[in-house]
Amino acid sequence: MSIKNKNYKYLGLIKELALTNFKLKYQGSVLGYLWSLVKPLMLFVVLYFVFTRIFRVGGSIEHYPIYLLLGVVLWGFFSELTAVSLGSIVQSGDLIRKVYFPRMVLVISTGVTSLITLLLNLIIVFIFMAFLKVIPSFSSLLFVAILFELFVLTIGVSFFLSALFVKFRDVAHIWEVILAVLFYATPILYPLSLVPNKIALVMLLNPAAQIIQDARYLLVTHQTATAWNSLALQYVWIPYVLPFVIFALGYRYFNKAAAKFAEEV
Amino acid sequence: MREEIAIKVEGLSKYFRVPHEKHTSLKSAALNIFQKRKYTVFKALQDINFEIKKGEFFGIIGRNGSGKSTLLKILAGIYLPDKGKIEINGKLSPFLELGVGFNPELTARENVFLGGAILGLTRKEIADKFDAIVEFAELEEFIDMKFKNFSSGMQVRLAFSLAVNAHAEILLMDEVLAVGDSNFQAKCIDKFIEYKKENKTVILVSHDLMSISNYCDRAMLLEKGKVVLIEQPKKVIARYYDLTVKNTDKNSIGKRSNKKAIYIESARIASSKDENKTHYDLFEEIKVSLKYKVLKETTNPVFGISVYNKAGILLFATNTKEKNITIGTIDPGNYKLTFYFNNVFLDGVYTVSSAIADENIVSFYDWKDELVNFKVYTNLANKGIIETESRIEIG
Repeated sequence: MSIKNKNYKYLGLIKELALTNFKLKYQGSVLGYLWSLVKPLMLFVVLYFVFTRIFRVGGSIEHYPIYLLLGVVLWGFFSELTAVSLGSIVQSGDLIRKVYFPRMVLVISTGVTSLITLLLNLIIVFIFMAFLKVIPSFSSLLFVAILFELFVLTIGVSFFLSALFVKFRDVAHIWEVILAVLFYATPILYPLSLVPNKIALVMLLNPAAQIIQDARYLLVTHQTATAWNSLALQYVWIPYVLPFVIFALGYRYFNKAAAKFAEEV
Repeated sequence: MREEIAIKVEGLSKYFRVPHEKHTSLKSAALNIFQKRKYTVFKALQDINFEIKKGEFFGIIGRNGSGKSTLLKILAGIYLPDKGKIEINGKLSPFLELGVGFNPELTARENVFLGGAILGLTRKEIADKFDAIVEFAELEEFIDMKFKNFSSGMQVRLAFSLAVNAHAEILLMDEVLAVGDSNFQAKCIDKFIEYKKENKTVILVSHDLMSISNYCDRAMLLEKGKVVLIEQPKKVIARYYDLTVKNTDKNSIGKRSNKKAIYIESARIASSKDENKTHYDLFEEIKVSLKYKVLKETTNPVFGISVYNKAGILLFATNTKEKNITIGTIDPGNYKLTFYFNNVFLDGVYTVSSAIADENIVSFYDWKDELVNFKVYTNLANKGIIETESRIEIG
């Protein structure tokens, strides 16, 4: 049996686990799957009123509500997936001790579940866009590449977190704090223009900020400050390369640690 | 590796490092970062060597903590060995217990697909086998019911059915035989026989010595992570029994109960009609008389005999429990017990083993292999192992 054939086999397992996670999420609720659409919709309505009627931080940015929602959705994917996948290995301890399959499957399937949620949330965003008459340009197709980058970054971080959590249960608490710091260090609720220029440039080195800003640029408004249109040439590659470096290192660390999961979990 | 070998294990060792203080928080890890970690090395398996042929039923026995499950986990790929080489020839089932990965909130149907995927099957492969799996588990009517609403017997049946229908070439089973009702068990045994015909390999870890001796071609005895013996099951079981006795003795040093509480002193085999016969005829009643000694008051021991042919295959066994005979409590002293059976065996030499077990046949007070033997000589041409009454009608 070739290696390729073997790995292909586990794509099926990723799919099964991801669908199971998704199914169980809304098990027993009356609205069922509808919740995955209703929940973001309600959240967006709240955000819309708070940030356009009360705080008005958007200032001169056009389509600020959409701009805001897009940021919240993308950040939501990152924070939810990292927080959930952190425990994905430990929670499946029973499975790991009793059956062999590549342990990575657990993290990736959690990622696929979150990706389904993200895509549903994006549908709501697109509906809002149509409603508010935001017409994306042809370059918006690049958004797919940005989504890919986001997925790679998040899975890479999740590899580290889930493997570390097996050894150190403190990771959960530390990550909670780091997520809160990152949330405020990333221009999600506020536009980057509110931040002093020098600090804004440093903030754009963060791949999460770069991803959100690029997505806004592509889908909502070209007024968005992005990494590529703000950073100097010698720095501009950093946020784009970093997700792949994190993924590669996370992958290596995870694989090395995975050999001992069954004994340690 | 030669084609007929399913599994070859060479020089396999597995050590577990048991830290004296486990660092589960970063703080203690950080504080102790410059200290050398102190740990005890627990040698779970040491220099294990064996080969299992294709189509063989291989039993693994040993006391708790002898390394049986660790060995199975290494074969399954769950643990990595520290030393040694494992060669596996054929598709191996990567699980030890039944129903791993089943989710109680899903329906039985969904669980078959999920469980199958965990065993490494594609959706199409499972879909192809789906009907066979459900039929074998006898759950056709309940297939869209939630798994949590199944009785535990139904759950196990579905899990077992999925496992045996997953079409692995090598099956690893850790204490899984005692599932379902007797009807289902019979079906499982049929399945095992089918496996044998298909040249599939089964590795069975069990405390149930009866199933090891009935179904396995060979067995391995593990003790403290080392192989003690790989032989015919009955020889291995006898050795296992020696080991348990020796070790219980160690615990009671100084006490008078240094000897077994109850043991077989001697045995005699004879025809029930003619005491001095050296060989037996067909359908002659044979009696085996046991003389046994009771050293310590014992309650409800079970006495049994088993008859083997020259190849070491169990042909016939009976015991007092099977015959619903309750011995009651016996005081120290000398006693006698006699088994009678009708000789259906054709020409050959047969050996009789005998054992005394506790009430539930879990542990043995005594086990004597090849206690007595008997020869059968008939005038019939050699045409099988046994003879039974038969008739032919014409027209």
